[in-house]
Amino acid sequence: MERYYQEEIECASPERIKEIQDEKLVKQVRHVWENVAYYRKKMEEKGVTPEDIRSRDDLYKLPFLSKADLREAYPYGLMGAPLKDCVRIQSTSGTTGKRVVAFYTKEDIDLWEECCARAIVAAGGSDEDVCQVSYGYGLFTGGPGLNGGSHKVGCLTIPTSSGNTDRQIMFIMDLKATILCCTPSYAAYLGERMKEMGLGPDDIPLKAGIFGAEAWSEEMRRDIEKTMGIKAYDIYGLTELSGPGVAFECSAQGGMHINEDHFIAEIIDPDTEEVLPAGSQGELVFTSIDKKAFPLLRYRTRDICTLTTEKCSCGRTFVRMAKPKGRSDDMLIIRGVNVFPSQIETVLINHGYAANYQIIVGRVNNTDTLDVHVEMTPEMFADNVGDIELKQKELMDGLKSMLGIKAKVSLVAPKSIERSEGKAVRVIDNRKL
Amino acid sequence: MSIKQISVFLENKPGKLNRMTQVLSDGGIGIRALSVAETKDFGIARLIVDDALEATNVLKDADFVASLTPVLSYVISDEVGGLNNLLKVFTEANVNLEYMYSSLGGKATGQAYMIFRVSDTKAAEAALAAKGLRCLTQEEISEI
Repeated sequence: MERYYQEEIECASPERIKEIQDEKLVKQVRHVWENVAYYRKKMEEKGVTPEDIRSRDDLYKLPFLSKADLREAYPYGLMGAPLKDCVRIQSTSGTTGKRVVAFYTKEDIDLWEECCARAIVAAGGSDEDVCQVSYGYGLFTGGPGLNGGSHKVGCLTIPTSSGNTDRQIMFIMDLKATILCCTPSYAAYLGERMKEMGLGPDDIPLKAGIFGAEAWSEEMRRDIEKTMGIKAYDIYGLTELSGPGVAFECSAQGGMHINEDHFIAEIIDPDTEEVLPAGSQGELVFTSIDKKAFPLLRYRTRDICTLTTEKCSCGRTFVRMAKPKGRSDDMLIIRGVNVFPSQIETVLINHGYAANYQIIVGRVNNTDTLDVHVEMTPEMFADNVGDIELKQKELMDGLKSMLGIKAKVSLVAPKSIERSEGKAVRVIDNRKL
Repeated sequence: MSIKQISVFLENKPGKLNRMTQVLSDGGIGIRALSVAETKDFGIARLIVDDALEATNVLKDADFVASLTPVLSYVISDEVGGLNNLLKVFTEANVNLEYMYSSLGGKATGQAYMIFRVSDTKAAEAALAAKGLRCLTQEEISEI
């Protein structure tokens, strides 16, 4: 029996959702026009006024916002509410450049936590659950978002934050945690550690995991589910839009439902910026129609994915987004070919390797090189050089057919690739571009 | 009886073999024989030790991937023709060798120990026994 946090919204008819979106969008555009000079200028340059936006169908008229805009407007340029109403900031890790700082009013935090609560209930959570939040707390949105969602649902919340793996496991086992929230790479690491400690799926009290904040493959999901004996749910979000919970997975595990009463999603062609018809693959663009302190309109996420409006077996009517193939930031262009780390991960897991890998990109004589470091496992080890080389070659062939370009595979010692407690560092690009 | 050889995965980088010997040394494990098969990227160290089970444990605790492989060990006299005489028996018994390496006789001078990996350990052992060759036991190897 599927359970919902807010059934009347989550299962509203598409017509009702459009009504909500139309009404909120019109108000939000007016709010931005009056409060965010940076965006107003963009609208004026495009010759658009709030009067031009009468419904969701007029969304295409509005200018886009990109990460470059966020950097330019840093720190206060996109703040949409007076300082006295803003109560919190959250920030990105800043690994891809200048940090993004996002603001929240009390109501903004409330709606964000509500989104996370929907995700927890969709993963089977209720006030009978013990929910361990192993996302980092602090500037990163993962910890605070799921923590708030867990409170709203009424779970007993364990705010372990990230790190100290053995303590994490102690809490899971001693307090009989039933739901785990963290990045998928950290979940895989926790699973690996528990296995080493002799804890099998039947010993581990967890029943569900809510894993997000980085790209992960379907194969990695199955791996984690098997190791811990849980059902693993994906969750999607961006600091720019609030944090985790912009979209979440239900029991059908067939894409993530976008919280459409708060966000309008579009898919565009990243090159021409044209809106693409339903079902097309392209860049995901979000318009935040409720948030007041950081009200982004048509924000380009750089995530490449598809949307589907097909009916979902869980009963929710919210449009679903496919797992992004990867953020276009994560996409590597190697010898002119687009390569996503998640594609490499898929091949590795299909060949029986762990999801611990590192991609080293280099350039030798003006040609890009792709070297995938994979940890040796007891399962694939043999006393015979020829047998190991054969497996290495099979893996290289698998990568070649997935990526279309040749990749070298280097087998490295177990545990030699650094384990991450937050977002995993998968790619080292040594090219001086 | 075959004896247990430990095979260990090593990256082909400076210091990796030394790290393994350090771990074994710290674990109080004595090495009786050692050979390394190498490729450009990685190698497999093959070891005969005095305590195979304990060696496997200390290696695993130190995050090495290691496995046990059955091998046969025979004593030869450390003189011209010693190995040749032994291999003649292998040929007569039609035993195919995958790889082999040697170890000097430790405290017993004038002897050497040969370690053989064959495709079918049991069949080879029986065929060689029929020719009058007795292989060393785990205990005998440990005591060298």
